[in-house]
Amino acid sequence: MDATAHSVAGRDGLAVLDAEEIRRALTRIAHEILERTHGGDEVVLLGIPTRGVPLARRLAARIGEFEGLEVPCGSLDVTMHRDDLRLRPARALGRTDLPPSGVDGKTVVLVDDVLYSGRTVRAALDALTDLGRPRTVQLAVLVDRGHRELPIRADYVGKNLPTSQREVVHVLLTEVDAQDAVMISDEGRPS
Amino acid sequence: MKRHLISAADLSRGDALLILDTAEELASLADRPIKKLPTLRGRTVVNLFFEDSTRTRISFEAAAKRLSADVINFSAKGSSVAKGESLKDTALTLEAMGADAVVIRHSASGAAHRLAGWVRGSVVNAGDGTHEHPTQALLDAFTIRRKLRASSGRGAGLDGIRVTIVGDVLHSRVARSNVLLLSSLGAEVTLAAPPTLLPLAVDTWPCAVSYDLDTELPKSDVVMMLRVQQERMTAAYFPSVREYSRRYGLDAARMARLPEHAIVMHPGPMNRGVEIAAEVADSARSTIVEQVANGVTTRMAVLYLLLGGTEFPEVAS
Repeated sequence: MDATAHSVAGRDGLAVLDAEEIRRALTRIAHEILERTHGGDEVVLLGIPTRGVPLARRLAARIGEFEGLEVPCGSLDVTMHRDDLRLRPARALGRTDLPPSGVDGKTVVLVDDVLYSGRTVRAALDALTDLGRPRTVQLAVLVDRGHRELPIRADYVGKNLPTSQREVVHVLLTEVDAQDAVMISDEGRPS
Repeated sequence: MKRHLISAADLSRGDALLILDTAEELASLADRPIKKLPTLRGRTVVNLFFEDSTRTRISFEAAAKRLSADVINFSAKGSSVAKGESLKDTALTLEAMGADAVVIRHSASGAAHRLAGWVRGSVVNAGDGTHEHPTQALLDAFTIRRKLRASSGRGAGLDGIRVTIVGDVLHSRVARSNVLLLSSLGAEVTLAAPPTLLPLAVDTWPCAVSYDLDTELPKSDVVMMLRVQQERMTAAYFPSVREYSRRYGLDAARMARLPEHAIVMHPGPMNRGVEIAAEVADSARSTIVEQVANGVTTRMAVLYLLLGGTEFPEVAS
């Protein structure tokens, strides 16, 4: 890919995915979810706050377009289950919002923006255990940047992005950041 | 957030809103099959109660347990305090046991503040004499926000809500904490009480004062009734209970003067028939039972924000 260095909304860094590419990646993931779950039967999409939640909603909307299927969609906050809570001051909680149908016996697809160490996903698996017993749990991410610290992998990946650990990957989404882009830079906001 | 929660004045508007927003997220836990989070695993919370209490102690205990903390309950009855041990020696004992937080209820105003100077962990004031009871104010603010600002969601204050606090303000730690907290959240607070039951320095408090409950009722969004604390009364503050009840008690006729949406609160325990009539306490407008449920949620938020993160820097030094 011919990515050129430029600044999006004053943020320095290299844009690795633009809005159009994000849209195509999500479209592909939506098709893959339908394929792998035999038509999206019993699928529940759970976004991990902050940016996993709008991604999950977009995937649900895509699946709705393709199959006319209403996929239940919610959010799963993992803050209280994190293993690094004591490394930082107590942080504000995100929202956990399950669809009324619950998760018991369902195929839950966790949705997040970036897969990195895998620790957030581990926390999400713990949080999910307390909420019910899904039949299967799968993972969809927009960007997989490598450097796993736990034996965790994604089932659906928007883009594999080889990075160095010094680099920072920002996913910007219209719902949160007023624009769609994936940026990579040497340093940036603390995640 | 500061390391201790001694006074509602320790909380900035931002701190208070963070606690309310955290409590809002934790509230859904009560509806889940597993009402427990692993967040404070391995942390120890000591409930140090020198004064009788039902709901506050149970509420703190439930809050700490739902966050997986270990809870040690200490009540003065049946302990070495009955043999004359001082607060400081008791505190040092707890310190040696490695308490990460001490929740203290004491009959002496300032006890929580003194304790904070002696222990390394966080101190949460669960009522000190006639001084303060900040977690009660937080749960009251949380209840008001859920009832009257339900649609505003996260980050919403109590701006413009008119709260009338009625009765024994002089002996009430709940009133002081509520005046401080509710006013920093933007509410307009009025105290309605007989002059003998108002503290001397009430003119320095961020609130209005009235001696006439009936003129305040039609403009109130919230009426908070205070318990007449006969156990703390060392003089005659009003001619008779019956006269107090007629002028400052909330009965059905008075409740009818409230606006349609107004709610009736009471921190408990109630003296039915004195400051609040039974029919009012049991009416649909009363939030008294809800306040108890919200107490657990709010205290979980406080314990999480005090203990859930890294240790406060001054502890290390």
